[in-house]
Formats: sequence, C-alpha cells, structure tokens
Amino acid sequence: MSEAGSDTLAVAQTGSDVAGASASLWSDAWRALRRRVVFWVSVVILVVMALMAVFPSLFTDRGVNDRCDVRFAKHAPSSWNPFGAGGHPFGYDMHGCDYWAQIVHGARAPMIVGFVVTGIALTLSITLGSLSGYFGRWLDALISRITDIFFGLPLVLGALVILTAFPAHGVWTMSLVLGVLWWPTMTRLMRGQVLSVRDADYVQAARVLGAGDLRIMARHILPNAIAPVFVYAMLNVGVVIGYEATLDYLGVGLQYPTVSWGLQLSQAQDVFTDYPYLLIYPAVLLTATVLSFLLLGDAVRDALDPKLR
Amino acid sequence: MWRFVLRRVLQMVPVLIGTTFLIYVAVFALPGDPIRALGGDKPMPPSVYEALRHHYHLDEPLIEQYGRYLLGLVRGDFGETLNGQSVASLMATGWTVTVQLALTAWVFELVVGIALGVLAGLRKGGIIDSLVLSGTTFVIAIPAFVLAYSAQLIFGLKLGWFPTAGTDDGWPYSYLLPGIILGSLSLAYIARLTRTSLVENMRADYVRTALAKGLPRRRIILRHTLRNSLIPVVTYLGVDLGNLLAGAIVIEGIFNLPGIGQQIFQAVQIKDGPTVVGISTFLVLIFLLANLVVDILYGALDPRIRYE
Amino acid sequence: MTNTPDPAPGTPLLQVEDLRVEFRMRGSTVNAVNGLSYTLAEGETLAILGESGSGKSVSAQAVMGILDTPPAYVTGGAVRFRGTELLGLPEKKRRIYRGAHIAMIFQDALSALNPVHRVGDQIAEMLIVHKGMSRGDARKRAVELMDRVRIPSAASRASDYPHQFSGGMRQRVMIAMALALEPDVLIADEPTTALDVTVQAQIMKLLSDLQDEMAMGLILITHDLGVVADVADRIVVMYAGRVVEQAEVKELYARPAHPYTEGLLASVPRVDVRDRALTPIKGAPPNLAAIPAGCPFHPRCPRAREERCPDEVPALRDVTGTGHGSACHYAEEVLGG
Repeated sequence: MSEAGSDTLAVAQTGSDVAGASASLWSDAWRALRRRVVFWVSVVILVVMALMAVFPSLFTDRGVNDRCDVRFAKHAPSSWNPFGAGGHPFGYDMHGCDYWAQIVHGARAPMIVGFVVTGIALTLSITLGSLSGYFGRWLDALISRITDIFFGLPLVLGALVILTAFPAHGVWTMSLVLGVLWWPTMTRLMRGQVLSVRDADYVQAARVLGAGDLRIMARHILPNAIAPVFVYAMLNVGVVIGYEATLDYLGVGLQYPTVSWGLQLSQAQDVFTDYPYLLIYPAVLLTATVLSFLLLGDAVRDALDPKLR
Repeated sequence: MWRFVLRRVLQMVPVLIGTTFLIYVAVFALPGDPIRALGGDKPMPPSVYEALRHHYHLDEPLIEQYGRYLLGLVRGDFGETLNGQSVASLMATGWTVTVQLALTAWVFELVVGIALGVLAGLRKGGIIDSLVLSGTTFVIAIPAFVLAYSAQLIFGLKLGWFPTAGTDDGWPYSYLLPGIILGSLSLAYIARLTRTSLVENMRADYVRTALAKGLPRRRIILRHTLRNSLIPVVTYLGVDLGNLLAGAIVIEGIFNLPGIGQQIFQAVQIKDGPTVVGISTFLVLIFLLANLVVDILYGALDPRIRYE
Repeated sequence: MTNTPDPAPGTPLLQVEDLRVEFRMRGSTVNAVNGLSYTLAEGETLAILGESGSGKSVSAQAVMGILDTPPAYVTGGAVRFRGTELLGLPEKKRRIYRGAHIAMIFQDALSALNPVHRVGDQIAEMLIVHKGMSRGDARKRAVELMDRVRIPSAASRASDYPHQFSGGMRQRVMIAMALALEPDVLIADEPTTALDVTVQAQIMKLLSDLQDEMAMGLILITHDLGVVADVADRIVVMYAGRVVEQAEVKELYARPAHPYTEGLLASVPRVDVRDRALTPIKGAPPNLAAIPAGCPFHPRCPRAREERCPDEVPALRDVTGTGHGSACHYAEEVLGG
C-alpha cells in the first residue's frame, strides 16, 4: 500500500531466481525468528520434552511402573515446591509409583503419536494435494470427493469407533488410526497452495521451456507451496497430542501398562477433587508441550509472512 | 441460486453414503458378539440366537446389510437399537439436551469471540491484543476435559456458582458452565480469525478510499472493515458445528448431560452397532447441511462469489 | 459545512510547503518526502511526475491526511487549503475537508472500492454522511453522478458490485464518487496506470472535461510524461521526495532545466521525432533509507561534477526569471543544452 514499502520489497526480490527466492524466504524468516523470545522459550520447552521422551533416564533412575508400592498410593508431595519435596517431588500416583518418574515416562507416547500422526498426514496430504492440485480434472474430482467423505466424519467419533474396534492397540496402532483420519484438512490446504502456484508465470515459463511435470513439481511448485502446510503441520503436532490425551480420557486410547500424560489425567479424573496434584502435574506438562508447538508454529508463520513483519 | 442448492444437495449424497459406509465398516469390525451380550449372563438357546441374528440381519454379508440400511435411511428410518427401540426415538430424547448445550456454546463463542477479536484487531500489538492472543493460545492448548474438570472444581464445587452435573436446573442455568467450556475452543479460533481478518482488512485499499471520502472512523470500521472481516468467520461456523458435536461427546460425559453425545459414547462402549451408525449418520447429515447453509450464506455475504 | 475563513485575495487554492514524511520501520527510517513544496491555483491542472519511490503518492496521501500512521509520519511542513492549515487540525475537523473540499482517486479502482457494497451505495454514502441526505435522495443523486461520468445505463448499474464493472468503468465510478460533493481540489493518483491505452485516453479526457465544467483544481500524479502532456498546465518533477524541477508544460518539454528531467524526456519515445535513440537513465532509484548526500541525483547524473554535487544540496531556484524552477547547480548549463 505504501510506495516506499513496496519498493524495498521489489529491490529485495530483483535478481534472484525462484529457488533463490524461496531460500531467502526461509533465511529471512530465520533472521526474524532469532529475535523472538517466544520462539526460544518454546524451543527450549520442546527440547526438554523431547529429551524426556527419548532419554527418560536423564531425568529419573526409575523405569516404567518401577518400584511401585501400593502403600504409598496417592501420597501427595510433601511440599508444593518440587525442589523442596525430597526424593519424590511430585508424590505418588494411584498405584504408589513415583509420580515424577511416571510423568517423565509419560512424555514418550504423546510425542510419538504427535509426530507419527502428523508425519502420516503430511505425507498423504502432500502427495494427494499435489496430485489433485497439479493434474486437476478427474483426479482432482476423485481426490476431492474422498477428502470430503473423510472430512464429513467427525474426528473424535471416527477415532472412537475405530479404536474401540481394535481394543488391544499400542502407541503405533493408535498413531496409524489417527493418521489415516487426520489428512483431509491438510490435503485441502496443500491442494489450495498448489493451485495458487500452478498458474504462476514462472511455472508457465518452465513449462514452455520444456520442463517435465515431475521437474516442475519438485523444483517450482513444492518449494513455493509447502511453507504454509509445513507451518500447519508444526501446529498440528500439538493439536494431535491434545487429541491423544482426550482419547485416553475417553478410555479408548492407550491402556495400562503404557504410561502417558493423557492416561494419567484420565486416572486422576475421579479423585482430583481430593488429590488435585494428580491432575495438575500431567496437565501442566501436557499444556506446556501443546502450547510450545502452537507458539512455535505461530512464530514461524509470522516470520514467513512478510506482510506481518 | 436454486440450481446451486440442488447441485450441492446432489453432491452431498455420495459424501453422505461414503461417510456412513466408513462408519458402518468400522462398527461392523467391532469385536465381540452383540447378540450374546444381549442375553447377559444367561445362556441363550441356539434357536433364539439364530432368530435374533436374523432379526438384526447379522447373518447377511456386509454390503447387503449396508444396502438395507441405506434403503431404510431414505424412508427416514435410522434403524433400531439392540434393545428394540428405534434410534430416531432414542435421539429424540437426547436431542433437546444437545441442542440446548450446543446453542449455549454457539451464542457464547460467537458473541464473545467476535467481540474479543475486534477489540484485539483494532489495536494490533496493544495490551488487549496481547492478552487475547495469549489467552486464546492457552485455551487451544489445554485439553477440553482438563478445562472442564478445573471449571467444575472452581466454579461448581468451590464457589458454588453453577451446578456441576445434570440438567435439573433446566436451561440456561444447567447449561451455562458446560456450554462455556464447550464453546471455549471455538471461541479461541473465532477470536483469532476475526482479529487476523480485521487487521488484514484495515490495510485494504478500500479503507484508504473510505478515509479519503471523509467518513468517520466508527462508520469505516462498522460498515466497511467489519463487514468484510466477518466473511471468513461465517465460513468457519460450518466446520465449527462439527467441533461442537464432537466436543459434546466429551463435555456431556463430564457434566452428566443425557444428550446425543453421551448416547453415542455409551453405544460404542456396549458395542451397540446400529445405534452408533444411526446417530453418526444423523450427525454427519447435520454437519453436511450446516456446511450447505454456510456456503449459501457465504454467497449472500460476498457478492464476488457466484453460485455456480 | 464550510468553515473556511474567506481567504485573502491571491491566496492559492492549495499550498504545500516544505512537507516531510518518513516511514519508521523496525530498525530503519525511510525518508519518503523531504521538503516538498508546490502550489495549486484555482482551476489549474498540476502534474506531479516521478518514478515509483519518488514520494509522489505518499505526499498526496499526506495532503489528504490518510497516511497509515504508523508506519508513516508527517514530520514537518504545511498544507494550506485556501489559507487554512490542515496538518495541525484535529481529526474531526480534518475529516470535513476530505471528500468535500479535497477528493482523491486511486490507481487500482478494483481494490479501492469496497467489494461487498453496491457502487451506487458507495457513491451515495458520501452524500448521506457529509450532507445528511436521505437514502433515497442520495441514491438518485448517485445515479445522476454516474450518468455524468458517462457510465451507460447508470440507473441499473448503480446496484451492481465493483467486480462486475470493467476497469475503465470502475475508474469512472471512483471519479463519480470523488466528485459527489463537488470538491475544489481533485487529486488523481495514477488514475490511468492500470488501464488499457485506449481507455486511458478516455479517462483523461473525462477528467479534463469535468475539471473545466466544475472549475476545480486538479493534481495529476503520474510516472508517465505522455499521459499529462495534453491536459496539464504545469508540471512538478519529483526525485527522492523533493521537487527537482517545475515549469509550464510546454516550457518543460522544450527546455528542461534539470538533468533528471532531461533523462526522462530522452527515455520516452516521441512520435514527432523520428529515428531518435532512446537513452534510459542509468542506475536505480535512490534507496530512501540512505539518500545520497549532496544532490540526491548525482550518482546517476551524467553532468555531475566532483566539486559541488556530492556535498551541496541544490536549492530549487528560478532559473529563467519566468517561474521555471530547477534544483540543479548547473541548471543554466542544462538549459543551454
């Protein structure tokens, strides 16, 4: 809108080819990101959570459901200050296990589900969305109708029914089920992105110069269409983790002896009025994780969108 | 316009068939034998067992069962629950509860969500904006059931402002707390959507024109910016209905509201296939119809959209 | 409506004096307008010529008082309408001048019109807000205005939406809207840039006809010398947010007194001179965040000399004694050819 603003932009873009433009998009974004406190805070939280998921032994010397003693069941921590509470900062859970250890181990399941579901959905949606957006015609019609069908199925309902059908599911089965249900929104997003890039002048130019479909897709369309889908996927990991917890709560998610934050929250539901710490600790960790994914995604999106800078 | 509606309705048919088929297959795969479960602990004579299986058409192939179900659907028959009640009459009892709950949530999220979005968007980067942005992110990050338990504990048990369970106090009192919790997630999305859209529109060229016309700020915001900003919010409302109905499964359970969400949850637990399929079909139908209404509304709000 | 005091005789219709606008961005300040001065007489057509980034549109928005603040700030100068200083006025009073006394049309009429309101209503809105007309009367008047800018079957088209019009017709709608309150000054910011050449001519003709009929002052902002040659009385040439040359149209075309204008003229094809080589101006428009010291044009100037140009900012001065202004240390030399 302002002359001066659009000029700086024009100057910034002259002389760089398409691949260069998308590279500078990311490096510009990185420069904008580096300055944001929110970005670093969420990165730090996520790194800690990832370490918990991958190397729980860094945080506790106990294994999963290790050295539990029913006599200690629901013993609250001796102090609300976890650093002043001695060897059991979070107290004991319903079965008398050390709650801190259980919560540390509870990070792995939601993290796996979050990333695997997003990964499956991302792969499906990039493939289907590109095919649908790029080739159009009957392929687009077919893929779009299938997307509509899956979109019409409320996610909680679909997961509820399917997971009930496979009662003995573990983390991986659960990820697979959710992943298969999760792709429609992302596919629509990807298709829209590809559509908007497909008819751009530089794509037409590449076509006129004799580039094949595969090359056009890989070199020109994907790099320019993928940013918003990628950002969405980042946010999405957090959303999936929240859903996993909800399904645990509904009783169709993970089951004992697996430990996960959602399961801990689910077990706390009947006693939380008397033992609020059983609900609060996993809830804080879960919320912090989901929040970090959301904030990270938000920050990256802002950084990628020059209009918002 | 009417051709557009007709075409969209016709497009809905394959989607409805596809979606219900998905549910049907999933329910069909549910383990256990619902007929034996009917008999409870008592052993069932083989003849009765076979008769019941035949009655529920469980002895036919999947496709045939599904075809029969579709035929019934066309006549408005949503099927029969395993204890012989029609799914339609079962839903009739739960429906009023769910509608009251969803409506409470809807009004709350719409009014408060848009208001917060506008307040935040008008002063981008201001204190209200930061509060709304961080508050809504929090709401999105906390699972609804944790929010529900916390609210129940604080506003129900500790402060005693609201009833914590059941529908004894009728509408609106019994529905306020669950409605607010149910609507809070969508409220967060609506507030953010309104804010983003408003900020974008305030930068639009036509706002500069409105300024150049010498219009007062109030009029520019109300008649020009806001009018354009609410278009994406309206399109969100269609998707949102799906969120509300799904959220009802969780919230009705926590607040013990005997609505459709609780019915379907219980049906899944006792593996009552026909009920799950019947209620799901109905929910999907509502969802598709809502999206049709939104599409029509979209055209009415944005003259650039043609009903093609 | 008019609370303008009677101006003293000889007061110009619009006077811009030493106007300064800057954009404050994160980490940098862009000086878009750096001491711009010009006057517009009653009934005069003034063309403001410059490349993109010369500050011509920004200065027009500053005159209208519709800059986006932040990031744009007016940091100095004066804008007087019939002697009344506008820059210091509170928004409530300033608003009354917009549309009623000074109106503006923009380059891209499609984005400048509100997509969700009927064009008739958008025109009528001016009359309802400023004159308190009833809805019905305002609509009737809107149709008359559309008729006046020669939109065919105005009565039925008034209830169409902007996207249903062609580019030329949309710009006519913008013009009808701008003229609704019979303003004294019309600022047209690149009104024909987005249009086809044939349509450009029609719009320019319409603008100049309407200006004659309504006896208003017209400021035509453009980057295109050809567009303004026939309709403008006087031309102001802008570079890096300043005036570098101003003169009567014919004088400027015949005897440019600034190397930049000279360069502009040499880079435009002319029908009347055959077989003339077109020479572009070398270099790129200045970076407004770091305007060169001395004469801002010196890095691109073929006549630049080491002794004065890089250090001393040339002032705008009358170089012929007849009101032909140039901001070049060696203007006489340029005039001499």
